[in-house]
Amino acid sequence: MSYAIQAEGLVKRYGNMVALDGVDLEVPVGKVIGVLGPNGAGKTTTVRILATLMRPDGGRATVGGYDVMKDPVRVRGLIGLTGQYASVDESLSGRENLVLLGRLLDMSKRNAKARAVELLERFELVDAADRPISTFSGGMRRRLDLAASLVGRPQVLYLDEPTTGLDPHARNEVWEVVRRLVADGTTVLLTTQYLEEADQLADRITVFDHGRVVAEGKPGELKRRVGGQTLQVRPTLASDLDEVGRILAELTGAAPARDLNTGLLTVPVADPMLVSALVRRLDGAGVAVDELGLRLPSLDEVFLALTGRPAEESKRNTQQNPIAERNVA
Amino acid sequence: MTTTTIAPAVISGTQPSPLRIGPAKAVRHGLALAGRGIVKIGKSPAQLIDVILTPIVFLLMFVYLFGGAIAGGDVAGYLQTITPGIMVMTVFQASIGIGVSLNADASTGVFDRFRSMPIARSAPLVGAVLADLVRYVVCLAVLLTLATVMGYRVQTNPAAALAAIALLIAFGMSFSWISVYVGMLMKTPGSVQGLMTVLVIPLTFASNVFVPSQTMPGWLRVWSDINPVSLMSDALRGLLNGGEVAGPLFGSLVWMAGVVVVFFPLAMRAYRRNAA
Repeated sequence: MSYAIQAEGLVKRYGNMVALDGVDLEVPVGKVIGVLGPNGAGKTTTVRILATLMRPDGGRATVGGYDVMKDPVRVRGLIGLTGQYASVDESLSGRENLVLLGRLLDMSKRNAKARAVELLERFELVDAADRPISTFSGGMRRRLDLAASLVGRPQVLYLDEPTTGLDPHARNEVWEVVRRLVADGTTVLLTTQYLEEADQLADRITVFDHGRVVAEGKPGELKRRVGGQTLQVRPTLASDLDEVGRILAELTGAAPARDLNTGLLTVPVADPMLVSALVRRLDGAGVAVDELGLRLPSLDEVFLALTGRPAEESKRNTQQNPIAERNVA
Repeated sequence: MTTTTIAPAVISGTQPSPLRIGPAKAVRHGLALAGRGIVKIGKSPAQLIDVILTPIVFLLMFVYLFGGAIAGGDVAGYLQTITPGIMVMTVFQASIGIGVSLNADASTGVFDRFRSMPIARSAPLVGAVLADLVRYVVCLAVLLTLATVMGYRVQTNPAAALAAIALLIAFGMSFSWISVYVGMLMKTPGSVQGLMTVLVIPLTFASNVFVPSQTMPGWLRVWSDINPVSLMSDALRGLLNGGEVAGPLFGSLVWMAGVVVVFFPLAMRAYRRNAA
């Protein structure tokens, strides 16, 4: 398998603070890897090293086979960077920004203008193309940032917390764009604090904590590694709760948890084949159900199990102190 | 976007020699970014307020307030002498603004984007220095218009006058690398402003712009005679009013080359560190 990004033992220190403590990372060509972790975990530092903005104190990394320290110009020719830091020039319009970037990438004036129009159309920014960027909504700003990082048709795209601070609608828009890019063959490294985002977009997830990789795998693998599956059943009639509870206890050998508000019964299962047995039993007992399914643990639960801290807590810390990672990473 | 193929190095495993950006490309990138700077000035012309007001204040103040005392009543003759000097001084002052604006600009995300692109590292800095052309032209246009209204006349010919202006702009661009360096070194725009102001005063006032250096005590005269602002003022007086050009011109060019040779690499190094 060929890799778009390979990093080995990356170390970065700021004085006494160790921001990266031996990070290994491999991203196969054409895949999306999600780097997940709380603020200060080293996500942004890793992106900055892979984008040649910063030199590591130890370890090595290649992008597209080129060493980020020895041949940074070739690496820069392959990558696109978007996120908290690499943004656009606020004092220029969207169109002017895109044309300038095209010119810097050695396009002719005509080609740079054509490329700008193409991207403005693709990101639905045509109407706002000549407006000051200060009038843009958060979602439009982020779409323009993305467009700016795509002017040179990068093969490897870094998205550093692309949806932080966006409302759910704007977040969905960004996700849609990322999915289309991946469908076109772009390799994506995505950092995020949102478990859902990594779960939605990434082929593989790397979990960072305190400058180290604490877990790596497919979203499903990570979930399985952390814990078993749970079986959830919601009878249509509340009066059937006792009967369904009895059947579940018989089948799994454990008493199901009951949520009286939602009427949902939950029980851990080792054998997924139990589901068909359960369906037959419920059918036999003449019980109708609204919901019945196997559920993997959420990534929030994964994070708690892997780092010893709930992800929600890290997220809250982030919002209280948005400057923290900027200084650190 | 069509199907993407990653660089061949992945497949073959060979490492070609590192790619470098050639000088021609670096110049093109610098010019593209100079265009960005000029568009920005066009969008907020308030940035030009200093280069519009400074020449007016200095010309009026020195000619009408101090002129009588310094020149012993010959205000018209004094105007003729100090106009070239004030041209040098105001362009010199205009050239230090760049460190302040670059200091603010370099901490924004757009500089990170430039750094992550396959362009010459120097391009954003060179672009900013070149974009200041607009500031110098505005500064000189205001100054020469007012001076002409007050009675100043070029004594030589238009070609010499144009040469003087071109030389002076090159002078400003060369010396602006000191400010670029300080701008990359300091943490905040305010500290850049403070340090540059302190540096500029001995260069502009301890010169022959306002008074002949013969009137100064020996030690100050030694400095004033080798001060680049004095040398440049003499060269401009020669080009605009007539008189010796070669000697002071040579001295000015040595200063300009020296400043670029020392401060361009220093600024680049500080810029690289600034990034990490």
